[in-house]
Amino acid sequence: MSTPLIIVQNLCKTYDSEGVKTTVLCGADFTVAKGEFISIMGPSGSGKSTLMQILGLLDRPSDGKYLFEGEDTTNFGDDKLANFRNRKIGFVFQSFNLLPRTTVYENVELPLLYDSKSGRDNKNKVLAALSSVEMSHREKYFSNQLSGGEKQRVAIARALVNNPDVIFADEPTGNLDSKSGLQVMKILQHLNNEGHTVILVTHETYTAEHAKRILQMKDGHIVGDEPVKNRRIAGDGEKFLK
Amino acid sequence: MKLTAPLKISYRNLMAAKFRSFLTVLGIIIGVAAVIIIMAIGQSAQALILDQVSGVGSNLIGVLPGASSSNGPPAAAMGIVITTLTYDDFLALTDGRNVSEVSVGAGYVMGTQTASWNGTDLTSSFVGTTANYPEVEDTSVASGRFFTHDEETNMGRVAVVGSNLVQDLFGGASPLGKTIKIKDQNFTVIGVLAKRGSSGFGVSSQDDSIYIPVITAQKLILGTNYLGFIRLKAKDPSVIPEAMADITTTLRERHHINDPSNDDFSVRDQASAMTTIKQVTDVLRYFLLAIGTISLIVGGVGIMNIMLIAVTQRIREVGLRKAVGAKNSDVQTQFLIESVFISLLGGIIGIVIGVVVSFLVSVVAQALSYSWPFLVSWQSIVVATLVSMAIGIVFGLYPARKASRISPMEALRYE
Repeated sequence: MSTPLIIVQNLCKTYDSEGVKTTVLCGADFTVAKGEFISIMGPSGSGKSTLMQILGLLDRPSDGKYLFEGEDTTNFGDDKLANFRNRKIGFVFQSFNLLPRTTVYENVELPLLYDSKSGRDNKNKVLAALSSVEMSHREKYFSNQLSGGEKQRVAIARALVNNPDVIFADEPTGNLDSKSGLQVMKILQHLNNEGHTVILVTHETYTAEHAKRILQMKDGHIVGDEPVKNRRIAGDGEKFLK
Repeated sequence: MKLTAPLKISYRNLMAAKFRSFLTVLGIIIGVAAVIIIMAIGQSAQALILDQVSGVGSNLIGVLPGASSSNGPPAAAMGIVITTLTYDDFLALTDGRNVSEVSVGAGYVMGTQTASWNGTDLTSSFVGTTANYPEVEDTSVASGRFFTHDEETNMGRVAVVGSNLVQDLFGGASPLGKTIKIKDQNFTVIGVLAKRGSSGFGVSSQDDSIYIPVITAQKLILGTNYLGFIRLKAKDPSVIPEAMADITTTLRERHHINDPSNDDFSVRDQASAMTTIKQVTDVLRYFLLAIGTISLIVGGVGIMNIMLIAVTQRIREVGLRKAVGAKNSDVQTQFLIESVFISLLGGIIGIVIGVVVSFLVSVVAQALSYSWPFLVSWQSIVVATLVSMAIGIVFGLYPARKASRISPMEALRYE
């Protein structure tokens, strides 16, 4: 069996604010294999966003081990973390986080600008990413000219453009109407079908059920880790996959 | 990271808030324009003054009545009337037996009087001088002739007029042979001096003056028997020190002075006068430059302020950039490029304004018949460009470092 993409061992995160220590994540232990689609689910304050930020190398754990593709990331310097985020990780945020006054094309191109190895085929990569989220026709639009659903699709294209090993989606449907939300889930499922690993953070059971596996969180602990029995398949007329 | 991307972003950010951007760069625009204008006007003014002074020859020695220290201005320059220098002194100093190094000299008295011709009155400055005036002042007569030594000593009632007077007093007609009245005395105009150009700064120039024999001026118009000053031309610039020593000796003998501290005259050469003028104008220029620099610093603080605001306003953008792989150095570079872009833009606009204003000043000055050169040195443009870039770097560094140190996780959470 090949090495899991992610191995997490006893992961903890404690914030120290003026001497007051708050533990928001403790004892997380799990692995993620390549090609999985996982939902991290839990109520507000359960530590799911903190877990995603650590997994996404945006934050460092206070304790424990986090191996990404077999490499221990806990000792990475800032630049190496940035490099990993750039080449191996794609993010989709609840609030889209597109750059204002910047075109759709330029927003999607952004990760490539920070990749020293990219260059010549940037244009093809951007156009391919836009095509995969069906946003090619909006290439020259500015981000403020798009609807919420379109913005999130552009954000997914940006997450995809560097062909990352894993896509992290933090409440990607949270700011969208149900139709746009469904469209986003459809794209994420499609990407997963194509082999991308997807890790989704949500507080909605309905959204979480689009994944193949759910990590349930409560008060900073993982309290459940089970495959989804009745997986939802996003599309025209929601279907269940038995 | 490519350089064009942050440039594009800063351009768009600037354009998105045009008025704010304008206010941001205004400090730099004013500072740079001020520096360029000050440098240009200072240089032009200095060139004009030095040109005027050197125009009368670098081997001139001035003898002024009244003592002075070698550094300070002579009393006569302060408008104090001192009567210790006479026409006989002039004769003694131009006598080769006393001062062998002097080739030629002229004595001067000056005043202002109303000159009239054919019902036209003109308040004009007049110069009572000696026959060698054109030779001493390196000037020539455009038409007619200058007065002779005989006319000088025999109180000839003849006048030579500056070129501007042809128009101002005679309405463009040839003045030669015409009789003008100065203080109820008739003078026959015998010559017109060649045009020399204005010396500027309110000093009436050769072109606006009337020249009459010195003794005539003393006796008939001023009622005095002393000279305002004497100018002597050394045979060669290298003999000026010896000439000045001989002049001093001659005058001490004539004025019965044994103790040098009792000197009632001052001897100055052109070179030291030029050095003094250059020193004075340089000090003035650097003083104004310092003021311009203060404006640049204030402009820099403005940029720093706006960049700090930008860092706070764009904290989520910083977070996002870091999330997609921007290193700390990438973020720092981007904010630095933006601040340099802003300050450089201000610098370029400032340079253009500075050059245009300096050009307009020279056009106006030339229209007022000053021989005012349009001088904008490439050094001042290079310096202004570099300084504005440096301001962008210096005042942009702190905000840029601040931005680069933001944790991506906190930045993305920022509301």
